[in-house]
Amino acid sequence: MLESRRFVIIGFFALVGVIYLLRLFYLQVLDESYSIESSSNSIKRVTEIPFRGQIYDRYGKLIVYNTPVYDLLVTPNRVRMDDTLRFCQVLGIERRDFDSLMAAASAYSRVKPSLFLRQLSKEDFASIQDIMVDYSGFEFAKSSLRTYTAPTLANTLGYVSEITKGQLEKQEEPYYRQGDYIGQSGIERIYENELRGKRGTKFVMQNVAGVYKGPWKSGELDTMAVAGENLYTGLDLEVQQYADSLMLNKVGSVVAIEPKTGQIISMVSAPTYDPNSLASRYFSKNFAALARNPYKPLFNRPVMASYRPGSTFKLIQALIGLQEGVITPGSGFTHANCPVGCHNHPATSTVALGVTHSCNPYFYNVFRRLIYKNNIKNTFKASAVGLDAWHDDIAKFGIGQRLGIDLPSEYKGNLPDKKYYDRFYGEYRWKFSNIYSLSIGEGELLITPLKMANVAAIIANRGYFYTPHVIHGVGDKKSVKPEFLERHETGVEAHNFEPVIEGMIGAVEAGTARRSKVEGITIAGKTGTSQNKRGDDHSIFIAFAPVEDPKIAIAVFVENAGAGGSAAAPIANLIIEKYLSRKVTNKALEERMMKLDLMSKVVLPTTKKPAETETKKKTEEVKKPTGDPNDPANRVPGTPHPANPAAMRGPVSLPKQRQ
Amino acid sequence: MAESKPITKNVDWMVVLIYIACLIIGWVNIYAAVYNPETQTSMFDLSNNAGKQLMWIGTAALLIICILVIDYKFYETFSFVIYAVVIFLLVVVLFAGSNINGSRSWIKLGAFSLQPAEFSKLAISLAISKYLSDPAISLNRKLKDYYPIMGIIALPAFLILLSNETGSMLVFASFAIVLYREGMPGFIPAIGIIGAALLIITLLFVKWYIAGAIVVIAGLVIWLMPVMTRRRGGLWATIIVALIMIGIVFGVDFFMNNVLQKHQRGRIMVLLDPDSDPRGIGWNVIQSKIAIGSGGMTGKGFLQGTQTKFDFVPEQSTDFIFCTVGEEHGFLGTAVVVFLFIALISRLVVLAERQRSRFARVYGYCVAGIIFFHFMVNIGMTIGLMPVIGIPLPFFSYGGSSLWSFSLLLFIFLKIDAQRPFTLSRG
Repeated sequence: MLESRRFVIIGFFALVGVIYLLRLFYLQVLDESYSIESSSNSIKRVTEIPFRGQIYDRYGKLIVYNTPVYDLLVTPNRVRMDDTLRFCQVLGIERRDFDSLMAAASAYSRVKPSLFLRQLSKEDFASIQDIMVDYSGFEFAKSSLRTYTAPTLANTLGYVSEITKGQLEKQEEPYYRQGDYIGQSGIERIYENELRGKRGTKFVMQNVAGVYKGPWKSGELDTMAVAGENLYTGLDLEVQQYADSLMLNKVGSVVAIEPKTGQIISMVSAPTYDPNSLASRYFSKNFAALARNPYKPLFNRPVMASYRPGSTFKLIQALIGLQEGVITPGSGFTHANCPVGCHNHPATSTVALGVTHSCNPYFYNVFRRLIYKNNIKNTFKASAVGLDAWHDDIAKFGIGQRLGIDLPSEYKGNLPDKKYYDRFYGEYRWKFSNIYSLSIGEGELLITPLKMANVAAIIANRGYFYTPHVIHGVGDKKSVKPEFLERHETGVEAHNFEPVIEGMIGAVEAGTARRSKVEGITIAGKTGTSQNKRGDDHSIFIAFAPVEDPKIAIAVFVENAGAGGSAAAPIANLIIEKYLSRKVTNKALEERMMKLDLMSKVVLPTTKKPAETETKKKTEEVKKPTGDPNDPANRVPGTPHPANPAAMRGPVSLPKQRQ
Repeated sequence: MAESKPITKNVDWMVVLIYIACLIIGWVNIYAAVYNPETQTSMFDLSNNAGKQLMWIGTAALLIICILVIDYKFYETFSFVIYAVVIFLLVVVLFAGSNINGSRSWIKLGAFSLQPAEFSKLAISLAISKYLSDPAISLNRKLKDYYPIMGIIALPAFLILLSNETGSMLVFASFAIVLYREGMPGFIPAIGIIGAALLIITLLFVKWYIAGAIVVIAGLVIWLMPVMTRRRGGLWATIIVALIMIGIVFGVDFFMNNVLQKHQRGRIMVLLDPDSDPRGIGWNVIQSKIAIGSGGMTGKGFLQGTQTKFDFVPEQSTDFIFCTVGEEHGFLGTAVVVFLFIALISRLVVLAERQRSRFARVYGYCVAGIIFFHFMVNIGMTIGLMPVIGIPLPFFSYGGSSLWSFSLLLFIFLKIDAQRPFTLSRG
């Protein structure tokens, strides 16, 4: 009878149930081996944060390391406080701070420790450790703090701070937890995965009172923390600090590259700040001050600021012209029939002389020949085809492209092509006469200081470059990222560089940059004067040296400093000399540059977008009191300016205060 | 007809109460499993699994109301349509499914994801019941009557296998229970059980000893059978059975190495000796046993569990939810859960037996069998009696699809059962 099978089925169900109950009874009640951690003991997971990797300069000098610090934790319900006043004195806090910190901790949990004071230095720790014994409910937790050997390179290195809520939610694999530290900018951000190391986990047993009862399962399941990997940069700390001192009280950038490898030797973003100020207990306060600073010290100018290249761009024009065969080294042009103006200079009968004297009509003509280098009769169509061909040649120099440096937020720049102008004028509605300002590096061209330093490196190498990069070795093996070992060709043959380099030598010896030449070192350089809508021209200089065996290629941008020869060229040449011979001969020039204060000339970008008239007014206002900026004699150093509080000049050193 | 009588009068309240009890215990334990003392979130917070589960429970309640409102004949009439829809979804998921944990078995609609494999159990149950409702079908006489059943099960099984969700497919073994009840000869499930037992024994002991034991037993049977039953015909049958068993014993290696995939082989090996791979597959089993074992008689108390926190036990709120019960509520808690399940399943069998239509009875057995199989495998794996197969504990584990499918499965039966007084018997 099939109905009777129900008993077999129910019997089977019951059998399984009984077996499971017996098994559970055995596991849970009879077998003691699983309940070593009896209900009174609990296992706590302790996370061990490893030290972040250290960062070294090209000679092995330490730039960034870690200092152990101590966080003070409080467990509110265990606090026994007889003398609150003395306690506050010891910690250097106000009574009301104490109250609010305690209130915050109690609000979080009365029985679990929460952060009371963050990052006490070793000295602070030593001085209060003994006294803290008198106050129960407080304990110290070791942690570490980024420390910088010199107050420099703030933007390049970046800073580390507590992970933000947004970052916490966005992370792809759940690695970070609330309160973890993460590299927020610069090298710290790009190399976060290498620097952070591997967190360790320890399982420890505690009794109900939270007292440590030894490792759980004798540490069998623990994982060791692994320190982060060290990073080796190509930076020269000494030259970097020297460059910092030259850029004091100026707004601008210095980028120096080793042409043969693409390693960054120095990278100044002025004004800057002391990186130690963002690696302290006062992070939020100091960060707010930096973020409010109208000169934007947190803006990493070498890779993020956009300028027009000005006359420095003529170098690329000349190279492309020679390569494309529209000119020969002996080509000459006069000022006749040219819409762009020029200054008085000897005749430019060769490419070298054109470069030396930075003759505008010369490069107007070169560009004209490049654009019309085709057989198309219609000038509109010819311009369109010519511009795209030109665009592709220039792009090989990294203009209008991201170079791929290992720093965040690299600005792409702008290199206009046919499509770009079609948007403004319509297809075949524009021709050479609309775009000729590109010939001398003005118009719609936008570059970054890094790109121009790279151009200098390309010329130094006679035709190729390696992607500029800060980190030239990761970890003990000092492995280099493969993309930094890849040689990029520009397509311009080596022999075409010689006339241009000859012109650059001329510019330093007898041309636009003659006032800053260095005895004993052959420097090839080119000045640039970048027009901008706000305020005076930006002073630009790119150079490399020594010409015979280039060891450094450099670009210096000084905002609102006027012509390239006035500020950028002297600064660049002083840095070159410092790097190559470790000393500087022209002490007078050095002193003049260090004292040069251009902060008052800088037109501050207002936080909100200003109305057109307002900007103009401001420009005039700034221009009025300064007179001729190029002549230091005319200047009273440190002229105060209404919009320029003296405290914000140069490296912003924020006083260590205690709240 | 008295069909206008409120459904509340006729629905089996015992099953409903067990169902509600399971949901509440499950939900509380999901909260305990995801509870993190450092970031305390509420049980109702939608950002954690407990909050979400509450949402699923709410939607399941709406679903149940729908089921109880729809006419009971709907399920029988449209059983093949429902089956076709689920097959269609299983095909869709192969192409449009999102990949979660290596199995392509979820359909994503915005923030909402659905696992069609979960609903295949319901579809097969309805289809088998419908097929068997034909009184001419006989399972103990005609082999050809099995073919449609094989087809009904094999089609979704194949599709699920393609989407790499082996766990859901194994659940189909539970249909053996209903087939047995409907007349399948008893030796078929017996072979299955003996085969599995032989597999395990072979892996534990030396093959020649087992073969010897089988020969001895066969000899005893041949010698004793005439004495006991006064029959002689069993001689050849016994010899053949013994030879097949010996064949299995020596075929195990081939089966393990060539038929099973690596992770499946690992799960069986770990079942026999968890310490063979303590950091890999054995981890789940060891950690789960520690968690349950550390609960003791009365448990560590609500939210006081330490093993089920800190990710010691993986999948704490889904497949390993039973660990949380074991750790925080001890043997008392686990015994209550086991009792609830056995009571539920037994009650379902009783309800199934009192049905007048074969469709309703078969369906009732399907529901009981499926819930039982999930219960047996899920709890069995947490206490080291079953290999690790990732299937949820009905009504307990976190997850919308599984909660919905089990609620549908159960309440369709309750609805049919509630209409029983008005149904004509068909055999």
